[in-house]
Amino acid sequence: MTSIPAQVLQPYKYGFVTDIESEVVPPGLNEDVIRLISSKKGEPEWLLEWRLRAYRNWLQVPEPHWANVRYGPIDYQAISYYAAPKALPRLEGLDQVDPKLLQTFAKLGIPLEEQKRLTGVAVDAVFDSVSVATTFKETLAKQGVIFCAISEAVREHPELVRRYLGTVVPANDNYFAALNSAVFTDGSFAYIPKGVRCPLELSTYFRVNASATGQFERTLIVAEEGGYVSYLEGCSAPMRDEHQLHAAVVELVALDGAQIKYSTIQNWYPGDEEGRGGIYNFVTKRGKCAGRGSKISWTQVETGSAITWKYPGCILQGDDSVGEFYSVAVTNHRQQADTGTKMIHLGRNTRSTIVSKGISAGRGQNTYRGLVKIMKGAEGARNYSQCDSMLIGSACGAHTFPYIDVRNSTAIMEHEASTSKIGEDQIFYLRQRGLSTEDAVSLVVNGFCREVFRELPMEFAVEAQRLLGISLEGSVG
Amino acid sequence: MLEIENLHAGVAGAEILHGVNLTVGIGEVHAIMGPNGSGKSTLAQVLAGHPAFTVTAGAVRYRGQDLLARKPEERAREGIFLAFQYPVEIRGVTNAYFLRSAVNAVRKARGEEELDPMDFLAVLEQKLEAIGWDDSFVNRPVNEGFSGGEKKRNEILQMAVLEPRLAILDETDSGLDIDALKTVAHAVNRLRAPERSTIIVTHYQRLLNHITPDRVHVLTDGRIARSGGPELALALEERGYDWTKTPTAVA
Repeated sequence: MTSIPAQVLQPYKYGFVTDIESEVVPPGLNEDVIRLISSKKGEPEWLLEWRLRAYRNWLQVPEPHWANVRYGPIDYQAISYYAAPKALPRLEGLDQVDPKLLQTFAKLGIPLEEQKRLTGVAVDAVFDSVSVATTFKETLAKQGVIFCAISEAVREHPELVRRYLGTVVPANDNYFAALNSAVFTDGSFAYIPKGVRCPLELSTYFRVNASATGQFERTLIVAEEGGYVSYLEGCSAPMRDEHQLHAAVVELVALDGAQIKYSTIQNWYPGDEEGRGGIYNFVTKRGKCAGRGSKISWTQVETGSAITWKYPGCILQGDDSVGEFYSVAVTNHRQQADTGTKMIHLGRNTRSTIVSKGISAGRGQNTYRGLVKIMKGAEGARNYSQCDSMLIGSACGAHTFPYIDVRNSTAIMEHEASTSKIGEDQIFYLRQRGLSTEDAVSLVVNGFCREVFRELPMEFAVEAQRLLGISLEGSVG
Repeated sequence: MLEIENLHAGVAGAEILHGVNLTVGIGEVHAIMGPNGSGKSTLAQVLAGHPAFTVTAGAVRYRGQDLLARKPEERAREGIFLAFQYPVEIRGVTNAYFLRSAVNAVRKARGEEELDPMDFLAVLEQKLEAIGWDDSFVNRPVNEGFSGGEKKRNEILQMAVLEPRLAILDETDSGLDIDALKTVAHAVNRLRAPERSTIIVTHYQRLLNHITPDRVHVLTDGRIARSGGPELALALEERGYDWTKTPTAVA
């Protein structure tokens, strides 16, 4: 799989937002707001009905509080559910940007042009970013790959969307999925036709008209028989948003022999040292290995957000299907994470692999919650789970809640867990070889996370390593 | 190279070194021997700057500068290397990656350009050849799953790569079988250089059969009780440590 050299593509990550609308809807949620969203997006009747059913269901369902996280009440009526894509304030030069932010960008190795784009500094339009993204789309189109914003997909490929939307995460799956189904406005749609190995790594960066990440993103990726796609979500650059709640839904469908690789780097604003502000990242992600011999892999590096609550999972429906989950979750200062995965084995000879690395520092609270469920008909199922926790300092916490539900006696399950502290001796050893304390911690932690970082596409892996170092700065005194 | 003057140091209220005096010249090899609990390893760690130990009195000058004022990583970048008695494991980090990080930390401190993986590999091969070892350690995670002997050899490999000005070997021979001992000694000898000083902390004389020191010191009860040439080590082997202790004053 080739990807266009990063240097060429970096400055053109977002296309221009060509349809900036001036209307802003006041905060609050009711059926009228939903109708407005649907009409603004030019959606067909079936989708409006789908949204309304989800909304009505959401009204009936109590808000869940079972996760091992604490947060204040969310006022759903104080959120504006439809707003024009925000244009960043136009700045003259990087010298007008908060120097601390620039410092972080430098540490992450983010190129200058990209820094400008991320902070709203005018970019030299030497290269037309729209045309680069268009070339990208053309390359994909030649192979029949569709990759666009979800709203565009609803307009251009309604039959595809209708066939798969809600089939992996039904609107009534959970509270936040119901909310998302009612009010989603942004997100990606990707479709890989039979036998096509998508030639480029897909990323939200190449969506034309992608605005700043939406609050309620809905992503749907379908790989037909024998198809392959690798999708990258997020970036290491610290992202701020005045919207506190992010409730996204991602659905993946893999047919016979198809493979979907979904990688995420999340570095949303985590709040200050006292835990004030900070994004709530409540996400429902699920992949259905519908076809025989299909495979879905989730790889995530979660370092940001005040609260992370997500369980990317796989439904292993097809015989011989494979589900994988590789995760690094960091909680520092006052961050909280309750994350893990759900692997549901339905078909025969299915296999799942879980590797979870939790790193807690400061007063962070990190919880792994994993479910491996082997249903009655799942003959010959195999699962391997490995949960490793690393504690930095003595005020943080790591918790593990593995749920294992086996209803077929031919299943083979392996579970390993370990807890470790970064030892003073390890740090001294590295310092004695010339590394600063900061670099020493980074080295040890990156080593700890190696099995997960190995699964990331190369560019992401480099970003992730740097990001890990930065997010743990100052954690070892 | 190194001047230690009246060094008192200890941990959590217990003083271990009670006034150590020692001078090591450039290019010299000094052996420090002594019974268990005498403070040999403490001395090594204090020189390297281990935060667990507190210096309560005395001074240490390294190349004319106050060493005790410097952080451990600064001392390392100035060319001090400690071969640990109990090297730690670092999961998931290969020796090659770790060494490159260390080398680049020093280079960066000196304002030199950092080495990329390819260039570094070439340097590493060169060093391995210089001490006559193969590259089997290079891609293994640092000390993970290493036998005691392998860990000690890994310390010497690092020494070869980092080219210190002052190498302190803390009981490098403990836990080694005869062959491993010879291999390590051989490498240390190959690394002897006019600009490099070495302090060998050891219990037993046998390492000194292979590495001939310029001076031998006996550390007893936190002080250097006796110093001499290489023949002192042989005397200790024959007679033990007791005779070197300062006789207690009789009232």
